[in-house]
Amino acid sequence: MSNSTLPTKQRDHVEAPVLGGLGESVARPDGTLKVTGDFAYSSDLWADGMLWASTLRSPHPHARIKSINIAPALKINGVSAVLTHDDVPGSKLYGLEIVDQPVLAFDTIRFHGEAIAIVAADHPETAKRAAQAIVVEYEILEPVVDADYAISGNAPVIHDGGNITRHVPIIFGPQNLKADVVVKGEYEVGMQDQAPLGPESGLAIPADDGGIDLYLSTQWLHVDRGQLATVLGLPPEKVRLTLAGVGGAFGAREDMSMQAHIALLAMRTGKPVKIVYSREESFFGHVHRHPAKLRYEHGVTKEGKLVYVKANIVLDGGAYASSSPAVCANAACFAVGPYEVESATIDAYVAYTNNPPCGAMRGFGAVQTGFAYESQMDKIAETLGMDPIELRLKNAMVRDSLMPTGQPVDSAAPVAEILEKLRAMPLPPLTATTDGFDVIELPGGASNVTHGEGVRRGIGYAVGIKNIGFSEGFDDYSTAKVRLQIINGEPVVEVHTAAAEVGQGLVTLKGQIARTELGVQRVVVHVSDTQVGSAGSTSASRQSYVTGGAVMTACKAVRDEVLLYAMEKLGHLHPHLLHFRANYKMVNGEIRDGEGQLVSSLADLVKDRVFECTREYRHRPTTPIDPITGQGLPHAQFAFAGHRAVVDVDIETGMVKVIEMASVQDVGKALNPQAVEGQIEGGTAQGLGLAILEEIQVVNGKVKNPSFTDYLIPTVLDMPPVRSIILEYADEHAPYGLRGVGEAPTISSTPAVVSAIRQATGLALTRVPVRPEHITSTL
Amino acid sequence: MRLTCTVNGKVETVDDVWPGESLLYVLRERMGLPGAKNACEQGECGSCSVHLDGILVCACLVAAGQVEGAEIKTVEGLAGAKDLHPVQQAYLDAGAVQCGFCTPGLIVATVDLLEKNADPSDSEIREALAGNLCRCTGYSKILDAVRLAAVRLEGAGVE
Ligand code: FES
Ligand code: FES
Repeated sequence: MSNSTLPTKQRDHVEAPVLGGLGESVARPDGTLKVTGDFAYSSDLWADGMLWASTLRSPHPHARIKSINIAPALKINGVSAVLTHDDVPGSKLYGLEIVDQPVLAFDTIRFHGEAIAIVAADHPETAKRAAQAIVVEYEILEPVVDADYAISGNAPVIHDGGNITRHVPIIFGPQNLKADVVVKGEYEVGMQDQAPLGPESGLAIPADDGGIDLYLSTQWLHVDRGQLATVLGLPPEKVRLTLAGVGGAFGAREDMSMQAHIALLAMRTGKPVKIVYSREESFFGHVHRHPAKLRYEHGVTKEGKLVYVKANIVLDGGAYASSSPAVCANAACFAVGPYEVESATIDAYVAYTNNPPCGAMRGFGAVQTGFAYESQMDKIAETLGMDPIELRLKNAMVRDSLMPTGQPVDSAAPVAEILEKLRAMPLPPLTATTDGFDVIELPGGASNVTHGEGVRRGIGYAVGIKNIGFSEGFDDYSTAKVRLQIINGEPVVEVHTAAAEVGQGLVTLKGQIARTELGVQRVVVHVSDTQVGSAGSTSASRQSYVTGGAVMTACKAVRDEVLLYAMEKLGHLHPHLLHFRANYKMVNGEIRDGEGQLVSSLADLVKDRVFECTREYRHRPTTPIDPITGQGLPHAQFAFAGHRAVVDVDIETGMVKVIEMASVQDVGKALNPQAVEGQIEGGTAQGLGLAILEEIQVVNGKVKNPSFTDYLIPTVLDMPPVRSIILEYADEHAPYGLRGVGEAPTISSTPAVVSAIRQATGLALTRVPVRPEHITSTL
Repeated sequence: MRLTCTVNGKVETVDDVWPGESLLYVLRERMGLPGAKNACEQGECGSCSVHLDGILVCACLVAAGQVEGAEIKTVEGLAGAKDLHPVQQAYLDAGAVQCGFCTPGLIVATVDLLEKNADPSDSEIREALAGNLCRCTGYSKILDAVRLAAVRLEGAGVE
């Protein structure tokens, strides 16, 4: 650690011991702090002499910067520094997969809201005014705003190398098959925002060794560190990051936002610098879910068996690459859905445009295709006059079915069971539309727009598939340090990882694992920081699996060392320890042999020794996909979930009220059932949001609704009860049999809601979010 | 300007307040009480909910100048010396806390609701909490928490 002191409120560990082991609905160790208001988020930190930062952003989506005059800003009382690209000591560019995004814009502006200059001042308002006082002369350029046009070959080039950020083709099975029935469809997905409630924020403190300490919200400390080190021109060990409290993420914190800005300002001023984005800046400061156009053709037999799927998918990646290449691969790999098909021909493209950059959001490419393939399944069922569930059952994947990449799904794939369980769940009663109804229960709610005359009920089903963990041969690992010692006569385990807790409950799970593996009562979870090896990102539903696996492995290593020590000390009394160490257990603070006989209490054996092990854990290797055929073994694990949506639609006003969401998901093993339900319910809500509410409106490259007034996320009035069934088919390849939980429910939720609206209205509805005018204008 | 008001039963005086600062800013940045959150600062999310002279308000929409002499209660003032407030405990027990950024505001709003209506129906709960956004939970467990708190408060004879 450097010699700088912890900022006020920042904690270095969660003190509450975690009670309860694996499989129990254990309470969060940070829960008490969160309900009392004492949990320090990255926006809640202070340090002595701290300055506030503000960003100047471009009002134009595409422009040439002719000049930047910072003098008027520097003249303002209270301003300590104003920086532009000229002040970046190291690399002026950063990026997760392709290094293409300026830390501060130079020469060219490529999207509305791109950061140009940063200010540090003694008050946030002073900083804001100073940023506005900077004079930038622009030559305004025509933005490229249509992804199809961008990749047509006729558009101006946004980055050297062309506007196709990545093209992923998949050629699977015999090509050019004929089918009895051909169903074509074109679908569109709008730009969704992660909208985590906690704004981007952090505190940077310059250290005496010339390095810097940062306390902030992120999803992956080490990848931030790597990028920061190159931008700042520092060796990585001089860039130390500590995770502050994170107010949700959902992909929005995978790319850097304010990290480099506050680090640069702190290093320039020699003072701690804090930033907290406003909600408006948050909309400009992070990447979004890729908008997509998806053109599908399904060939099916008269009996409803899929023969071939052809898909052409164009994702709008916006101005910079972010994680677009990986999103594109996911869109391609999951383009068919959880179905078996003989032949697939898929082309997925992601384009550079002058729209806001898009990258990771919960579901990561599989959401866009999920809407398209499930819409197609409904359309096929309608064309064949078949029940949509029967059609899906007929084509449902099972264990060892092949993905379009040729990869077998070599673990449970209970797609049919998910559908059958959804169908069997009781339906909610019809909303009373005569006397005695509560107007709140009808579409439009308190605005009292209907008495029920035009209200139609609809029921829709959808299933989805998503990969867990990083793919395509990426070396995906996590690290855990586990320490056992005796404190006040009691064994205490400390777990230390760099994994980002963003709300999902990994902090609880780490404690549960340690408790179960080492048989102790008290577990202290160290704050996540870069003092321990990388944990990889909190994304791809991977942390329970990979960091959970690392904690498990480190705990087992500690247990082994304790038992070796017991052998050394007590071997003469317990000769079996020598050969049957594996049979010995650590439970309730004691070591017991295979027969359950007490060997020693941990306190008596360990005394003042400290047992500490650091271990890495990797999921099984994956492979790249072939660049021409898309064949390979790109994924480590697959997750399946399904939804049934019940909606009431007022066909006169176009208002939709979702009455109930039912969900069935296979989670392998529910290590914390309450937390699993929370993920399913939250993911369902985000899917519902995409179905009927959420879209960043971008008109000619300009964002029109960067606020919670105009970008609507579901409120408690929009979100119905969620009824969920959790299946537990252990994955033999994963720690404890678990299957990542976070993303799968986001995928099937959207198409289920739209399917229900279709059933209620008879409309085709090929675009999400579905807006009231899509319903009224066509009726 | 100088500002004096009572926060969680304690008289607080702060100096150098800009008239343009919000109550939320003063609480968070000048009084060291960051429990009320700042998810939008536009009155749209409820994360900054506090009681101002007994009335539930969004602290981000109240100008600092308006609270001279006022009595303010924030989430930090709810728990007793030993025990959490029953609403706080219910949020924990129901699993209604994920990232927790919405939690302080929701807890203050729930306390307000249950003070006015000890046995709210589901629609009344939804109506009362409609101004509090949560991005993580999908609200199911928040509703569970409110129902649980209502039952426990009734049982304890607290109205
Ligand atoms: S911060 Fe006050 S309502 Fe959102
Ligand atoms: S728990 Fe994260 S916003 Fe509600």
